[in-house]
Amino acid sequence: MSAATAVAAVMVLAVTLYACTGLADHGAGIWDLTAGGSERGRRPRSLIDNAITPVWEANHVWLIYLLVLCWTAFGDAFAAIMSTLFVPLALGLLGIVLRAAGFAMSKDATRARVRHVAGWVFGVGSFLTPFWLGTALGAVVTGRVPAGNAAGNEVTSWLNPAALLIGLLTVAVGAYVSAVYLLAEARRQAMPDLLGYFRPRALVAGGAGVLAGVAALIALRVDNPQMADRLLSRGWPLLVLSVLALAGSFLLATGIRVWLMRLVAAAGIAALVWAWAVAQYPYLLPFTLTVSEGAASAVTLRWLLIWFVAALVLVIPALILLFRLDQRGELGEESAESLGDVVPDPQGVGHRGQ
Amino acid sequence: MNPTVLAVPAQLLPAREQMAFTLMFHIIFVPFGVALPAMMLIANYKGLRRNDSVALRLARRWSHAAGLLFAVGAASGTVLSFEMGLLWPGLTGRFGEVFGLPFAIEGLGFFLEAILVAIYIFGWRRLRPWTHFWLGVPIPFVALVGAFSIISANAWMNQPAGFTISPTGEITDVDPIAAIFNDALWYELLHFVLAAYMAAAFTLASIYVVGWLRGRRDRYHRLGILIPLTIGAVLTPIQFVVGDLIAVAIFQDQPAKFAAMEVVTNSGTHQPEVLYGIYDSATNTVKGGISIPGLDSLLAGNSVDTYVPGLDQFPDAKPSNVTIVHWAFDTMAGIGTVLILLALWFGIAYWRKRDVPGNRLFLWFAASSGVLTYIAVECGWIVTEVGRQPWVVYNILRTEDAVTDANATGLWVSFTVVLLLYLVLAVGTVAVLRAMSRRWRASDRTDDEDAVYGPRPEVLK
Repeated sequence: MSAATAVAAVMVLAVTLYACTGLADHGAGIWDLTAGGSERGRRPRSLIDNAITPVWEANHVWLIYLLVLCWTAFGDAFAAIMSTLFVPLALGLLGIVLRAAGFAMSKDATRARVRHVAGWVFGVGSFLTPFWLGTALGAVVTGRVPAGNAAGNEVTSWLNPAALLIGLLTVAVGAYVSAVYLLAEARRQAMPDLLGYFRPRALVAGGAGVLAGVAALIALRVDNPQMADRLLSRGWPLLVLSVLALAGSFLLATGIRVWLMRLVAAAGIAALVWAWAVAQYPYLLPFTLTVSEGAASAVTLRWLLIWFVAALVLVIPALILLFRLDQRGELGEESAESLGDVVPDPQGVGHRGQ
Repeated sequence: MNPTVLAVPAQLLPAREQMAFTLMFHIIFVPFGVALPAMMLIANYKGLRRNDSVALRLARRWSHAAGLLFAVGAASGTVLSFEMGLLWPGLTGRFGEVFGLPFAIEGLGFFLEAILVAIYIFGWRRLRPWTHFWLGVPIPFVALVGAFSIISANAWMNQPAGFTISPTGEITDVDPIAAIFNDALWYELLHFVLAAYMAAAFTLASIYVVGWLRGRRDRYHRLGILIPLTIGAVLTPIQFVVGDLIAVAIFQDQPAKFAAMEVVTNSGTHQPEVLYGIYDSATNTVKGGISIPGLDSLLAGNSVDTYVPGLDQFPDAKPSNVTIVHWAFDTMAGIGTVLILLALWFGIAYWRKRDVPGNRLFLWFAASSGVLTYIAVECGWIVTEVGRQPWVVYNILRTEDAVTDANATGLWVSFTVVLLLYLVLAVGTVAVLRAMSRRWRASDRTDDEDAVYGPRPEVLK
């Protein structure tokens, strides 16, 4: 394997990890958005809050890794993608900022109205980001991003059925996996009523995912037959594996050990990402720029691989520590409450501060 | 009409405005990311060592503020990494392989910081006190790794190194390590880290000084003032010396930037130091301002006979807005000088009385120091970035050659959206910080001093 291919593989790994973690956080934001009024949505919301608050920041970093890797190792492709796909990427970014704004505002938990608005902002952002990042990926997959500074069409490159359907698929997969993770979380936190709450939601999201996936495949077949062929000929085992694992994670969600269930769900997403990667290889921009043509100089690639090993050695133990502490319940469960930490509450739940 | 002016693409202005705005916004959060964890750990250590619940309460509250500011800073930092490509594909596309590695390192530092900050903030309830403290100890160090990387990339833009450009315009002989350790790295890094610690320290102190002025003269406020103000006071004189060394380095490395900072119009010896004044680009003269004969030459080379190149030497390559760079520099240097007085005053007063000085003028001075350091930080950023114009990579890549070819109208729309969105973000952040402080103050009226660690009965189900 050449250094360029190895770095490309690291990038695919970053996409995979972002999809397994960050994408699920976005799905949780969507469930937060649709959880209903403040009383009805209280229990699912508190489960979502507890599940993602300590980890979403770390889960988000994979996206930054991906950007940085791309402009360091494959600058030409990065410049082409960012300049041609300015609109969808800027809209995806909008979602990221909205999520942060919502997260910040939700800390002001003393006023119910602020919290409500915060939930909306967070939820809308959670929809925008996966949809537009997925659409941007779709635009690349359909082969509408040529090398060069804004060389592709700034509108039609992404405003087409195949790209938009891939955007919808991304949202649906995120929502589905998130619902499955939350099923497991509900078991772990002994909130059995929420099992019945998230099961139908997982089914709806999963069904939407299957529809979007099939529709995206048909649209791609019409749009760019070569790419669709590659996806089906090289990628079919991975696609099958993905569907099986994702469906399996749903069936197993209430039965097996929580960590095993999560692993199965993550494997389903990983297989889907790799199906794309295998289909597109060896192209960075199908079918105009290959990995080896677009790669940085050998010394830069070598340093990136060294950096990657160092990152693994440093980050993996820290991440394991974070997730272990989180799962063992060692990290404060009421993050919002903990900000009003030392306020005694004679009235019981719900009255903080004055 | 000058043909080079006509050649400037329409998307350059909105792209520059958006980048400038998002950077100036992000930079507000950086000092807290870099320096607040250190102060929170000092308070934490003090609290654990002396069994001091007031210090522990400060540490816990600072950690919550740090967590919030870190989250918002992370989002605005993500915006910047997108913008590197959305706005400047000509920079990242062409030079990414040379100066991209520091960003990769910063991604690593940022990742570790995100993980450790999450553990520290959410660990107060259940982790054992010393375990919790030691899990927090790496945070200031990984924050420094992040600062090192970003400053390295910025310094590279000022002193590009680690590559050669072939006669056909290809980039060859890439050496990322030489690019990381470029000539401007050490002075930019030192200056920035000191500035970040000063900004966070003076801002934190000024919050408690305001409370002190309003009559809340308890141990909680005393510690809240003394811990950060001591850090700020110790670092300010060091920064003063470092700042002077940097001015000399820039005089040698980036003469056009130096000429703009000091508004040196015509090359020559015996250059005067001009304070403020308005630069007229058409006539290459300065209107108004206070002129001190010979001082500029003296500062640049320790002698009034030092030859200083003026703006007349850089007709096509001088900053597009000399007055802004010059005013920003004078303001930064002026604030630095004023803070030295504050540091001295505090030092002498504390040495004599071992307490927060009671003088009201001092307290007003200290209360405004947070805002002052922030103005200085923003000014310093303007000097570095606007002063480097029209180059994005000094003497190698002009900014208009780095900008995206995307539609200019679209960029104006995007800039407007960013402005509105950041307004929401800023209002949200300030509202939350205020709500946090209101809640904390309400809790100060109750006696639950010992409940810093561990779950509290009230919040248990």
